[in-house]
Amino acid sequence: MSDRTFLPSLMIVGVLAGVVVLGVAHAQGLAPSLARPTSPAKATNADGFLQRWLLLEPIAVSGQLTDTAVQTTVKTQHFPNQLTTIPRDGDALSIGDTKVAWHAVDTIGYNVNLYHFAYALNKPTSNVLFWVVTVVNAPREISGVRLAIGSNAASVWWVNGKEVIGIYNDRQTVIDEGVSKRLRLKQGPNVIRAAIVNAGGHTDFCARFLDDQDRPLKGITVSVTSPSTTEGSAK
Amino acid sequence: MRVARTLKRSLYALAATAALLVSPLLALDGETGMHDPSTVVVHDGKFYAYGTGNGLPISVSDDGWTWRRAGTLMQAVPGGRPGADVLARGGNNTWAPDLIRSGDKYFVYYSAPGTQPKAAIGLLIGKTLDPSSPDYKWEDGGPVVWSDGVEDSNAIDPGVFRDPTNGSLWLTYGSYFGYIRLVELNPKTGKRLSPERKPINVAINGEASIMIFRDGWYYLLVTHGSCCAGANSSYNIRMGRAKKVTGPFIDNVGIDMLQGGGKLFLGSGGRYVGPGHFGLLDLGESVQKFSCHYEADLDRGGISMLDIRPLLWRDGWPVAGENFKEGTYEIESVRTGTALELAVQGAPVGGLRGRGGRGGAAATVGTPIPAQDAAQVSANWPSGPVDVRMAPYMLQAQQKWTVTPVANVGGYPGSPYFKITIAGTDRVLTATEDQELVALAAFSGRPEQLWRIDQLTDGTYRVMPKTTPNSKEPLALSAVGSSTPTLARFTPESDRQRWLFKTP
Repeated sequence: MSDRTFLPSLMIVGVLAGVVVLGVAHAQGLAPSLARPTSPAKATNADGFLQRWLLLEPIAVSGQLTDTAVQTTVKTQHFPNQLTTIPRDGDALSIGDTKVAWHAVDTIGYNVNLYHFAYALNKPTSNVLFWVVTVVNAPREISGVRLAIGSNAASVWWVNGKEVIGIYNDRQTVIDEGVSKRLRLKQGPNVIRAAIVNAGGHTDFCARFLDDQDRPLKGITVSVTSPSTTEGSAK
Repeated sequence: MRVARTLKRSLYALAATAALLVSPLLALDGETGMHDPSTVVVHDGKFYAYGTGNGLPISVSDDGWTWRRAGTLMQAVPGGRPGADVLARGGNNTWAPDLIRSGDKYFVYYSAPGTQPKAAIGLLIGKTLDPSSPDYKWEDGGPVVWSDGVEDSNAIDPGVFRDPTNGSLWLTYGSYFGYIRLVELNPKTGKRLSPERKPINVAINGEASIMIFRDGWYYLLVTHGSCCAGANSSYNIRMGRAKKVTGPFIDNVGIDMLQGGGKLFLGSGGRYVGPGHFGLLDLGESVQKFSCHYEADLDRGGISMLDIRPLLWRDGWPVAGENFKEGTYEIESVRTGTALELAVQGAPVGGLRGRGGRGGAAATVGTPIPAQDAAQVSANWPSGPVDVRMAPYMLQAQQKWTVTPVANVGGYPGSPYFKITIAGTDRVLTATEDQELVALAAFSGRPEQLWRIDQLTDGTYRVMPKTTPNSKEPLALSAVGSSTPTLARFTPESDRQRWLFKTP
């Protein structure tokens, strides 16, 4: 599965090829709205949004956005342990003939712009599936919280291995458009995972937790280093 | 008219007792025959109302929906009749009471007319409304106000009001012979605070007056028209408002109620003729109701009936709402604008078709597309429990809910409980033990499938399960996100628990 040593070389070649061959601003790096994490953990922003993520480069899929089609897409195994893996920055995968890699990013905004993420890597943005993972560190057990997301387009979300949100059809990212039922964050690391399917045009997502009063949950941090944890039940 | 009214009012206790007809749903249930109801008062979880009739008949309800008779007030008064001073100032009839709690006492004011307009308003003082309480008794407090048969007033139809700005207590009274009058009461004794002061005239050409207060305005509601003639009664409730408790009360077109003004609050409508005798039932948290009687309920043989309905507010005036009617609706969140739906894959109405270009490329219009119902699209819906979510309303079958009253399971002020099912199916909205929502395959009658639908003062609705498993506090249907309904404590300052029922 891991092809980390190969990836940097590939990216360098890719960057050069992009510059030389395309001669356009498809610089194969991070989009302007993203940055490399420089700290072990990152607090949520003032509105509680999770701004540190591991993003897998897009996987080509049909791009159909109905409930059934999206569920079929995200339940299809594209790579081993896709519902349990906690990747590291730079981990690379082979999916069919395509190599894709995980990127650790901090987003500048409340949302993660997947369109710019893929575009900057010269990757497709239409008819694609993005896998994203992050780890929320809770200072104590917190009950009655909800994962609250918005996504463009359809997306399915898991907290500690339990599927908690599915929103479907062509849609724009609206804050808190998809909200889980009440769940419990355990003390320590909690794994948040999502699969976002885009048919065409722009694609992005945002995510935060709401407390038991439906206010943005504060006091948690986000990291993308591999926690010494196994995913368990969300509730 | 007065003579006829006197005779007919005396017959109401008997007529109301004879009103035990089969009760259609969507009007109060049980023994609801009543004329000239008092304000409905909640005491120790029960609802009480008193009306015109021999001894002032008591009506009580455990839930505000199903009512029963419970004797008369005068049964607990020494002598079983108005006190001697009341009889001397007025007469031996007992009509149109009203009541209020003041400190640890209840004050009941009642009409005791003789030959009108010689009449008096008597006072009864008690500590509890519960006839089964060991403390239950009513003491004669004597006459509070009276009319001598010559002066320009008829001292019946009391309406008692506490000014929330300072706690002062006021009584309005009067009926057609002259003026509706206002006097201040002593909150400790229930009697006039300053008997030497001349009553203040506040309106004319009406009866059954009472005041309410909201947002700096005092509202005087008075019943106009004629009563006591069944479906031939022209009773209707009108109102004016003032910045001072003493008036002047001006209607919406600027006419003083002292000169006959009055904006219509409620007239005849539906199957009900002649509403009168407004009373406020404030349940808190933006839920206000009002009580009244109809001179004739056409669904119950044209007798006089008590009703409780939503009280709304619009442009600074109270508006008479209507109790929820069964039907099929889109249930839309005020907060998000998205609609409650069964969490199944929707299908576009009329089937998939091309975009046809922006604005429509077809040169000719097509044939009408029929509405989508569940039978067309439900073949692939899961057979068991299905999640409930919210989505933009697109006229699809999984977004249409049929709301149906459920008989014999009780109710709440003004309405029975309802079940809420996906139209054309038995899939029923159900509160879960983790305080979320699910649609179960069939209705079981359990309380988590019974829904209370209260119209709030802004016209939107609060939707609450009768009970939620594992929850002691009442919870309401709540929109926590654009696509996620849940159950949460009702917070009137938020739009989260406010819903619209729209006809699809």
